[in-house]
Amino acid sequence: MTATAAPQRSRRSTGGGAGRRTHRYSLGVQRNVTGWALLAGGVLCFVLFSWYPMIREFVLSVQQTKYGETSFVGLANYQRVVHDPAFWQAWRNTAEFTGLALLFGFALPFLIAVVLNEFRHAQGYLRVLVYLPVMLPPASALLLFKYAYDPGDGLFNSILSTFGLPTSQWLQSTTMAMPSLVLASTWMNMGGAVLIYLAALQSIPGELYEAAEIDGARLLRRFWHVTIPQCRLVLSLMLMLQVISTMQMFIEAFLLANGSGPEGATTTVVYLIYQHAFNLDDLGGASALGVLLLLVLAAFAAVYVRLDRPRG
Amino acid sequence: MQTRTLISPTRLNRPGAKAAYWIVLVAVIVTFTLVFVGPLYWMVTGGLKTAQETAQSPPTWWPAHPDPGNYATAWSQLSLGRLLANTVLYAAGALAFQLVFDVAAAYALSKLRPVLGNVVLAAMIGTLMIPATVLIVPQYLTVLDLPVLHANLLNTPWAIWLPSVTNAFNIFLLKRFFDAVPEELLAAGAIDGAGPIRTLWSIVLPISRPILGVVSIFAVTNVWKDFLWPLLAEADPTRQPLNVGIYSLSQNVPQNILIAALAIAAAPTVVVFLIFQRNIMSGLSAGSLKG
Repeated sequence: MTATAAPQRSRRSTGGGAGRRTHRYSLGVQRNVTGWALLAGGVLCFVLFSWYPMIREFVLSVQQTKYGETSFVGLANYQRVVHDPAFWQAWRNTAEFTGLALLFGFALPFLIAVVLNEFRHAQGYLRVLVYLPVMLPPASALLLFKYAYDPGDGLFNSILSTFGLPTSQWLQSTTMAMPSLVLASTWMNMGGAVLIYLAALQSIPGELYEAAEIDGARLLRRFWHVTIPQCRLVLSLMLMLQVISTMQMFIEAFLLANGSGPEGATTTVVYLIYQHAFNLDDLGGASALGVLLLLVLAAFAAVYVRLDRPRG
Repeated sequence: MQTRTLISPTRLNRPGAKAAYWIVLVAVIVTFTLVFVGPLYWMVTGGLKTAQETAQSPPTWWPAHPDPGNYATAWSQLSLGRLLANTVLYAAGALAFQLVFDVAAAYALSKLRPVLGNVVLAAMIGTLMIPATVLIVPQYLTVLDLPVLHANLLNTPWAIWLPSVTNAFNIFLLKRFFDAVPEELLAAGAIDGAGPIRTLWSIVLPISRPILGVVSIFAVTNVWKDFLWPLLAEADPTRQPLNVGIYSLSQNVPQNILIAALAIAAAPTVVVFLIFQRNIMSGLSAGSLKG
């Protein structure tokens, strides 16, 4: 309401023969009033659902609620979660998932994009195929994978045994559970990265390849000295985004391996947060874990920005 | 003629290279079709099989006695109609709220620059650095008992709609786009007596259609694919969106019925994507790179 009233007020003041300074002053007020009126809805949502929860996360992590009474407990929550044997296992699992996901989820989409970019035919068709899984509801894709991973008569073991290859226990095995999650996750999420890499590859000027070829650079050298440096910005941005998102892995473990998996082989940090908050009724512990995850990711981002800057 | 890539066109035109190119291309097409369409085929045909046949090893390529009735059973047994309606309700609301609040905020930050606007912008962009899952506990508590109002938003659409507005990435994309709108265009509007709101509505928004499209795709897919937040905020199974509900209701359902349900759940977005794939993909790659 204020927003629509403001312009009329200013027009009246100019019409009334007010001095130039008052006119400019009222324009400034009008700009601010309208500006804040437009900002209000968004800012209110940020306050309620983002900024305030962020502060509250830190407050909760040093508090404990027992029998309805909340008290300050210092770092007790942190000590408790760190001494939980599941804590280190969860970090190891999360690191393993992130590492494997980078191996497949980072390198593979780039290689696929490079190959697709060479094709003069069917490029559109292949691009649609790669992006198709991104469009599925994740629960749909993951529950399908769960059947395919069935160690008894699942699709994967059936295919492997048809070709006489050794079968696997997949999600039931402590060693294969995590790679199984990575496989499903990569299949599900790769399309977005391929699309972004393709766009980056298509913006590389062709003259660079021509010049390199004239200088006698063979295929691999052209790839190493033209393609990679030209895509460096996108590659490094995607690397960071991917590490941050895979460190927060939850749904894959939750849907495929009931969260913790065999002997806790797929318990991730976020799953541990979920368990503390909603199964163990330990909001303090959950918040302490959340703060630790936040600090680790912030430290990673800081190191990354430092390493990334000098060359850029 | 296509732009030059890693391998030069002259090289590709040599007879040996041409054969190699076609072999690789066909190999890739076959592999990709198997890897990306194969599971979908398995899903759709799996939904037509009997319970015994889905558990059979090796799996059959085509159902021996195709039974479309499985799809009807899945639809009613998992109340997919309701889950789908919930999802549409949440996605439409989140889209509307984001288009109103985020566009208004981005426009104010870009063109009106009110006092403290820079601080607000920095605080919004700063939330991009905070991993979303870290905040689920305090966010849950906030929704459980909203400060000041003391309302409980759990199991209401508001618990999805309002937090969706805090999409700093969309605000960032919109602001960058509005920044590029030339000042002269706005000045021309102002001379004609248009106030800021009028300018936004009749000058800025019509030329912002591409970015509004990208932002809308992000807004809808975020709701469509989110899992952890709706699992907590919409714990009541009758209020869950498809992605969560299909999991909650999947526990005691026979395999063939569940596979049929998965296929139904996948169908809407896959169909929409295949129809609009050209627009969606060009919009996404342009929006994510240049935006």
